[in-house]
Amino acid sequence: MTAPLLDVRGLRKFFPIAKGMLRRVTGHVRAVDDVSFTVQEGEALGLVGESGCGKTTTARCILRAIDPTEGQVLYRTRDDTIVDLAPMSATELGPFRKEIQMIFQDPFGSLNPRMTLFDNVGEPLLVNGMRSRRERMDRVAELLRLVGLRPEFMHRFPHAFSGGQRQRIGIARALATGPRLVVADEPVSALDVSVQAQVLNLLLELQSRLRLTFLFVAHDLSVVRHICDRVAVMYVGQLVELAATDAVFRRPRHPYTAALMRAVPVPDPRVSGTNAILKGEVPSPASPPSGCYFHPRCMFAEERCQREAPTLQEVTPGHFARCHFATELEL
Amino acid sequence: MPPIPTATDPLLQVRDLRVSFRMDEGTVRAVDGVSFDVFPGQVVGIVGESGCGKSVTMRAILQLIDPPGRITGGEILYRQGATPIDLTRLPPRGRLMRDLRGAEIALIPQEPMAAFSPVHTVGAQIIEAIMLHERCGKGQARAMTVELFRDVGISMAEQRIDAYSWQMSGGLRQRAMIAMALSCKPRLLIADEPTTAIDVTTQAQILALLRELQRKYDTAIIFITHDLGVIAQMANYVVVMYLGRIMEEGPVDEIFHAPLHPYTKALLRSIPSLNSETRTALPVIAGTLPHPFNRPPGCPFHPRCEDILPERCATAVPALHTLAPRRAVSCFLHSELAEPA
Repeated sequence: MTAPLLDVRGLRKFFPIAKGMLRRVTGHVRAVDDVSFTVQEGEALGLVGESGCGKTTTARCILRAIDPTEGQVLYRTRDDTIVDLAPMSATELGPFRKEIQMIFQDPFGSLNPRMTLFDNVGEPLLVNGMRSRRERMDRVAELLRLVGLRPEFMHRFPHAFSGGQRQRIGIARALATGPRLVVADEPVSALDVSVQAQVLNLLLELQSRLRLTFLFVAHDLSVVRHICDRVAVMYVGQLVELAATDAVFRRPRHPYTAALMRAVPVPDPRVSGTNAILKGEVPSPASPPSGCYFHPRCMFAEERCQREAPTLQEVTPGHFARCHFATELEL
Repeated sequence: MPPIPTATDPLLQVRDLRVSFRMDEGTVRAVDGVSFDVFPGQVVGIVGESGCGKSVTMRAILQLIDPPGRITGGEILYRQGATPIDLTRLPPRGRLMRDLRGAEIALIPQEPMAAFSPVHTVGAQIIEAIMLHERCGKGQARAMTVELFRDVGISMAEQRIDAYSWQMSGGLRQRAMIAMALSCKPRLLIADEPTTAIDVTTQAQILALLRELQRKYDTAIIFITHDLGVIAQMANYVVVMYLGRIMEEGPVDEIFHAPLHPYTKALLRSIPSLNSETRTALPVIAGTLPHPFNRPPGCPFHPRCEDILPERCATAVPALHTLAPRRAVSCFLHSELAEPA
């Protein structure tokens, strides 16, 4: 088997908390705390969790939009050499920027309203050295067709388009440079139901057509289930479960994953929601609880969970869970 | 599923409501002939995509339509005592409307961050609302607020009431908003996408809380959302809207298990669920939502409809036809009834 396209090892991102007039650092927000996972080429990995769990920070570290505090972000280049993106300088990163692209959540905020579609989608091409306007126009037309928009729209401005169409424009822009890895941060959560399905279908189709690798950041499990091969669940900066999508949904091994799944309202009035609702709130990553971070909210918590932090253990081949009782619990 | 109370008279009757926005580019008919009833103690869910007029309907009920918007027709009958009053006839800034707003009809807005003032404590804002509508002193209002905070499950209520909204988490803020909406024991609560901006786990907590409070106070709720899962779990009665018109309305079980309108059917098919097949294309509704200035003639849904009747649907507008008490649909597949041209 070839090496994974992306291999994240021991990723950490701490944000300092500065207090007082001298801005002395009094502590750290451990936004991402020792996260490791791999993404194979052509695979879609879902990164799931509640707000503040560190999923977006993880994605931003991989994109090097922010600098990780510690850890490696190993990326396999086109000629099969492995490079570590984490310590690279801006110049060193240059050639890889066009291979790793991002689709943003908000299709209204992420497009420049003063630029036409041609300029919005074509800018990454210009930045990457495609000087000829003619050439760029051909490429933008091709991209727009690819995402299901008419090339004639090229000279219009974003305000003329609906949310779903704008998200398609955002996708076209992300694909402009011919990326291998696409990081999508909640790409459909701002869209209406009927439009969500269209955009999800488009992403699935593009993935198989262009052999894209996806890192899909989302809080909506039903969406993740629909599009991802594997799912990584995060809680307070740590991975708590990582496995194939089917395995997670068939039998979650971490009580938090199970609770997340139960929380999704079922679109059927005959199926009543369970009463086992997750109590309390996500603890602050600046002062996480002792032992297992999830124990204050866990209905299976025992004395040991308070004392001892569980490690991410392999429960069945390829199925990892960070729980002392991962093998015993019937969730 | 809770039974639908029908023995009493409706608390609110919306009759052929029309709201339009007159702008330089043309007139947008945001709400175009909407009718539905809300009974005491019942949860009515209004579903629809952006631009379907669900929020404008809600603002019309509260008389909060700002120019260039205007209620151009219809009635909103609110039953207070024996005779219903037509809210559309009341001056929006008049005494009567101001007495109703907040006290009888309360609102839980979508974005609690934007709804609370950041420069006043959350408690102060709720106390102000209570003192405006009830005859009581500040101390008493404060005690009531603490009680409300406990009711909606905010721990350390005495301390939290002196917090600012930006010091609270999303879930806490939404709870505080619910406390504020319930402060004067409203008979009708309008919840406009109250859980859209928050996490699933917090959403589950908020929905459970709303259900519990609804039972406790027997409040009627109009629940506006685009999430069909939330509707299925919350509503007794569902109104499906598209481009300012009602496509279909009926008891929740019938909407989900025996939908009549092609739009409702298509919507239900297109939601990814926790049980659907992984990594397969979802059935979608073809086409896109038309721009409000480009409303299609005839049935608003016809350009995207799979079961279109070619001659009929593009030329005439189907009227909302009542099939049974509390069950109506506007589609030529089910009724020949058309709106007068």
